[in-house]
Amino acid sequence: MGMTATEKILAYNSGRKYVEPGEIVEVKIDLALANDITAPLSIEEFEKIGARGVFDPEKIVFVLDHFTPNKDIPAAENCRKIKEFAKKYGIRHVYDGGLCGIEHALLPEKGLVMPGDVIIGADSHTCTYGALGAFATGVGSTDLTFGMITGYLWFKVPETIKFECYGKWKKWVTGKDLILHVIGMIGVDGALYSAMEFTGDAIHQLSMDSRFTISNMTVEAGAKNGIFFVDDVTLRYVGENSKRGFKIFVSDPDATYKEKIEIDVSKIGLKVACPHLPSNVKDVEELSDVAIDQVVIGSCTNGRLEDLRIAAEIMKGKKVREGIRCIIIPATPKIYLDALKRGYIETFLEAGCVVSPPTCGPCLGGHMGVLAKGERAIATTNRNFIGRMGHPESEVYLSGPSVAAASAIAGRIAHPEEVL
Amino acid sequence: MKFRGRVFKFGDNIDTDVIIPARYLVHTDPKILASHCMEPIDAEFPKKVREGDIIVAGSNFGCGSSREHAPLAILGLGIPLVIAKSFARIFYRNAFNKGLILIESDLCNYVEEGEEIEVDVAEGIIRRRGETFNTKPIPPFMIELVKSGGLLNYLKMRIDRGGSK
Repeated sequence: MGMTATEKILAYNSGRKYVEPGEIVEVKIDLALANDITAPLSIEEFEKIGARGVFDPEKIVFVLDHFTPNKDIPAAENCRKIKEFAKKYGIRHVYDGGLCGIEHALLPEKGLVMPGDVIIGADSHTCTYGALGAFATGVGSTDLTFGMITGYLWFKVPETIKFECYGKWKKWVTGKDLILHVIGMIGVDGALYSAMEFTGDAIHQLSMDSRFTISNMTVEAGAKNGIFFVDDVTLRYVGENSKRGFKIFVSDPDATYKEKIEIDVSKIGLKVACPHLPSNVKDVEELSDVAIDQVVIGSCTNGRLEDLRIAAEIMKGKKVREGIRCIIIPATPKIYLDALKRGYIETFLEAGCVVSPPTCGPCLGGHMGVLAKGERAIATTNRNFIGRMGHPESEVYLSGPSVAAASAIAGRIAHPEEVL
Repeated sequence: MKFRGRVFKFGDNIDTDVIIPARYLVHTDPKILASHCMEPIDAEFPKKVREGDIIVAGSNFGCGSSREHAPLAILGLGIPLVIAKSFARIFYRNAFNKGLILIESDLCNYVEEGEEIEVDVAEGIIRRRGETFNTKPIPPFMIELVKSGGLLNYLKMRIDRGGSK
């Protein structure tokens, strides 16, 4: 009997020839990640149980990206605690200050996550790395502590749902529109406990940046992980960022799936998820009377160079509508610098945007763009739950970069063709 | 392991941003987190709850982020268990890892806010006003995990035995 790529990675890393959905396996971990919100809980637990060390200091990464640059004294204390812990146990992968990028954009860029790896992260969007053909999943601080000490963690092998995507992409449509379309179709628990596998000709046409966006939001459908097969696009990306060896896992033709869903991408237009669920998805054309107060272009979902390129293309020579705050957040220092060299940052500043240092900031209502009562934002982020970006009576609409940029110019939710 | 408590009802897709908004995640003390539990949808919730009360909800409870502050905030209120139609995956692990019991049941279709129910988690039985609901029993080792205070105390036992680092 054949196996899916997810099953193969879990089998290989638990010393098994074959696994099937529902089995519980203890899996060797290639990387354990935590951030400035989740690491403090992990460190407290680590110290409480009297652990003497971590399984491999080279395989532990702390990214201080959520409330940084430190938003208040408790946030600053948390970061100090993490850095002291890292020093004590010889953990050198600590990203803070000018090295800080949003974790799920930063790790692939640094070559710390590779195809075939098993990655756990105390952050739900750890599933992003599945775009590289890895098994990556979010865990809590307790599971992370267990993994950090032992180098292993137990998993139930998930069933896999296959999304076979074909057809030609419409102009402006990116990975964000596909994943919003999928979440709208299957719901926020449509892939609960399952792996989501994206394959087909249309997927091979996608950039790595768009693939990261898709994997990133698989958790918004309840999935354990989202996975892509390695192709030329993946190999080029990996080759540019790392010299480390890796393993490629591809699903067998006779693998068993929970469900197979075919998607003709030529029928997908620009999508927007309305408050207060990522599954509340509509076509942008249906929302042209929705006025906004704030635009956020950034996050682990859509803060990469492709996203900034698309936004800059739309904003070039135009002005952000009076009274609208448009916040641009390049996800990493490298993306920031690349955007600067290509003139995107100049475009944004001339248009009247705020350009922020890399941070998760407003996505989770932390800082750098929190909403007041009754305010409404359109954001390229991943969640629009009640109060996610600030006041419980504020609202968040989710979109890709082209709609967000066009909305900043129009002062309401808009299709890019309306402002060009 | 038996519980008796008043029911507090919630709907579908209660996410972790609702259970504990991100702006409070600079704290790790369960008591502080508890004082903001469910704030975006019911700011009075922490004041209404008594030790031993039970949350009953719809599907996909705990969806969203991996923050363990969410089960900690619930535990900090003295709520020992949540009964929901289904749970989000990461929340499910986090809850048991922290010692919060989760039971899958469609009880929310039958009970009313404020009524008292009795739950035998080992037997998988929920009782209300003369009615009995059967659920999947929580296996003995999971009950032990909860009783011993969660996953890391289990690991500490392994460490003390010299079985791991």
